Amino acid sequence: MSQLQPYVNQRVAVIMNDGRFVVGMLRGLDQTTNIIMQGCTERVFSESEGVEVVDLGLYLIRGDNIAVIGLVDVDVDDTLDLASICVPALPPVKY
Amino acid sequence: MKEAQQQKTEYYIHDALASDIQDSDAMLFYSFFKTQVGQQVTVELKNDLAIQGVVESVDQFLNIKLRDIRVVDPERYPHMLSVKNCFIRGSVVRYVQLSPATVDTALLQDAARREAQPVAAPARA
Repeated sequence: MSQLQPYVNQRVAVIMNDGRFVVGMLRGLDQTTNIIMQGCTERVFSESEGVEVVDLGLYLIRGDNIAVIGLVDVDVDDTLDLASICVPALPPVKY
Repeated sequence: MKEAQQQKTEYYIHDALASDIQDSDAMLFYSFFKTQVGQQVTVELKNDLAIQGVVESVDQFLNIKLRDIRVVDPERYPHMLSVKNCFIRGSVVRYVQLSPATVDTALLQDAARREAQPVAAPARA
C-alpha cells in the first residue's frame, strides 16, 4: 500500500522544507509521511568549506516538513568526497 | 496503437472514479498521473530543485515516486548524487513537466468536464 514501505530499514536522505539535509536509517512511517529515522546525520552544505557532518541520533520528523525522501545508494555514497563539495545549502520550500 | 493507448487511459480514469476514494477534487489528477507511470518526467519542487526520473508510482496525495533520477542542475545541487530512487511529497511539487506525446489532451478535457458535472448526473448521457 504505502509507497515508502520498501524504503524501511534502508538508508535514506531526507530533504526538509527548511532546506536541511538529513541522512539516516528509515525505521518507521505512517500515512501522513511522519517518519522515524535512526542514526541520523545532518549534512550541512556551505559555499566556503566542504560538507560538515553533524550527528543527530534518532529523529521523528513530522510529514509536513518533508520535501523529498531519497533512497541512498550506499556504495555510491561511500565514494563521495563530501569535504570537496562546496555548494550553498538547499533553499527552503516557498509556497 | 494510438487507439490502444486511448483505451488504456480511459480505463484508468473510469477505474479510479469507481474506486472508494472520495476526494473527488484530486481524483482526476490522481488517475491522470497513474497513466504517467513508466514515463520520464521532470518534477519541479517548491524549493527550486528539479528532479528528472521515471514515474514509479503515485498515490492519492499526489506523492510521486521516481526511479533512475537525475537532478536537473547537478553542479548547483550535488546533494542527491548518491540517490537513484526517491519519494517526493505531493505538497512540495510545483510543476510536473510531461512529455506531450504521453498526454491525450482531448480525453483529459472530456474527463475534466465529466468530473465537473453534478454527482447525481449519469457519467454518460
